[in-house]
Amino acid sequence: MRRFSWFNATSLTFGFAFLYLPMLMLIIYSFNESRLVTVWAGFSTKWYGELMQNEAFLDAAWVTIKVAFWSSTLATILGTMAAYIMVRAGRFRGRGLFSGMIYAPLVMPEVITGLSLLLFFIAVDVNRGILTIVLAHTTFAMCYVSVVVTSRLVSFDNALEEAALDLGCTPFDAFRSVTLPIILPAVISGWLLAFTLSLDDLVIATFTSGPSSTTLPIKIFSAVRLGVTPEINALSTIMILLVTVGVIAASLISRSLAIKAKADERNAQS
Amino acid sequence: MAQPKPNKVFAPWDDPDAKPIIQFKNVTKRFGDFTAIDNLTLDIYPQEFFALLGPSGCGKTTLMRMLGGFETPTEGTILLDGVDIGPVPPNERPVNMMFQSYALFPHLSVWDNIAFGLKRSNMPKDQIGERVERMLKLTQLGKFAKRKPHQISGGQRQRVALARSLAKAPKLLLLDEPLGALDKKLRNETQFELMDIQETTGTTFVIVTHDQEEAMTVASRVAVMVDGNLAQVATPDQIYEAPSSTYVADFIGDVNIIEGVVDLPDAEVPDGAVSIRWSPTEAPIIAMMDTALPTASACHFAIRPEKVSISTEKPEAKNVMSGKILDIAYLGNISTYHVEVAPGLIIKAQATNVRRLSRRNLTWDDHVYLSWTDTAGVVLTE
Repeated sequence: MRRFSWFNATSLTFGFAFLYLPMLMLIIYSFNESRLVTVWAGFSTKWYGELMQNEAFLDAAWVTIKVAFWSSTLATILGTMAAYIMVRAGRFRGRGLFSGMIYAPLVMPEVITGLSLLLFFIAVDVNRGILTIVLAHTTFAMCYVSVVVTSRLVSFDNALEEAALDLGCTPFDAFRSVTLPIILPAVISGWLLAFTLSLDDLVIATFTSGPSSTTLPIKIFSAVRLGVTPEINALSTIMILLVTVGVIAASLISRSLAIKAKADERNAQS
Repeated sequence: MAQPKPNKVFAPWDDPDAKPIIQFKNVTKRFGDFTAIDNLTLDIYPQEFFALLGPSGCGKTTLMRMLGGFETPTEGTILLDGVDIGPVPPNERPVNMMFQSYALFPHLSVWDNIAFGLKRSNMPKDQIGERVERMLKLTQLGKFAKRKPHQISGGQRQRVALARSLAKAPKLLLLDEPLGALDKKLRNETQFELMDIQETTGTTFVIVTHDQEEAMTVASRVAVMVDGNLAQVATPDQIYEAPSSTYVADFIGDVNIIEGVVDLPDAEVPDGAVSIRWSPTEAPIIAMMDTALPTASACHFAIRPEKVSISTEKPEAKNVMSGKILDIAYLGNISTYHVEVAPGLIIKAQATNVRRLSRRNLTWDDHVYLSWTDTAGVVLTE
């Protein structure tokens, strides 16, 4: 019983237009022949070619990927540890305070986080560069990872870990060989979330980056202040494409795994 | 200790020379203000199939988790083969547990689940394979070895959990409500399977259950627990036939409990029997009893419904009561009659349905006689 009324069609169109029209504009203008962003002068891919020649953009892209990789990895390790301890520790005095402190960076204005980190790095006399951005991104990304992993651990049957201990595992071995493989999907999605957050962070990176370590968002932002060029449109289009492909691939993989599990279950019954 | 000979009854608890495998010595366990186990002392012998039976919250699971090493006693000691296991962590105890939820590792195949514990022992690789194959054979899981836990049925999962916990050949196997998730028919079959496996392996089993029928079927001895204490520890038949208190009598099976007082000694009462006055007008109940009770002391007379006969003619028996049928519960093989013998006192009597229902001569509001011998019930003072 599928009803596709006039009202449904309209709201769908408006909804999607609201979400994607701006991006569509950007993609279209990235293929513009003209240097003027708002004047259409025919189809061309020359800006993509020029982008590949632009050392500054390529450097920034490389820095961004390095930062995102390391900060999301660190954040995943720390966030998983925090989530594990908070879920396993049970009830104790000050538990609310502890978990609140883990989640506080979620609601902290980025400007304040960035500023405090900047002051901290100056105070301990660390030269600002890739390392400081990685550390800064780790601090705010780990609470996101912790939220994702916590929600998985809450539904995790504690008896599984007890069974592992019962069968001769040390507590660390039990975590490594039983708990971690089972919560791995949550850990991976926490990592992906941290990676994405790091990729598109501008504010905190601005505070903590040094002269030799400009990330892509900083580069785009400062370039745009001198005027939007079709080159930036091209760069943005590539980023949109990458993200889209990544998301679709991830969902296809997980769906095919789910279908396979279902098929196995059917076979088991017959 | 020698193997129990086939024609000799297995009863190490009656043998003063037998060495217990598990000894609880004045064990108390508190969680905050709540006392889960209250100064409990208990011996369990090798090769026993020992059942901890009680309602939820009686402390039976806590007792088992202390054996597994997941809880430590607040006071007292637990000895395994004479060694205090209080400070030993679960992974170093020669004890394995089968969890209520089975706790099978979902990311591992049946084979790997069973091999999990062996891989963490010093066993050489080739022997691990052999051992797993033997466990698969014992539990008839051979063709499911490569399946994941979600690809097999509930009954098969239960057997994987059993195989996994038996694989390391523990001195003691703990089973936490092992059959709770199975339907009734499968549960009955599995109970006998469990008993077979226990006999084949010679492992000491301790089972926690709230299902009295299950405890009676599988166990060599049953401990009935109430509020962190043992109400009675005895063989299933003793628990059923000679409960130590009205609590145990009431908890195990169906029972009629009649309150009364011990009557004056009377010439009509034979030696070794006691006469209980339960109503000012009716004849007292005559029951055999080992120990003499002081006159006028309060007591309870407990009798199982199946030991009460029901008839329309007045029978010749030590104890006869008359009354009116209030209710009949038809269970197919048997029927339970609820007979009001005095205002407010209803006695349940059970009779096998040897004739078809349509030919039954008893019906609602019929006047009937209930009777039983002087050895059919027990007199309880607690």
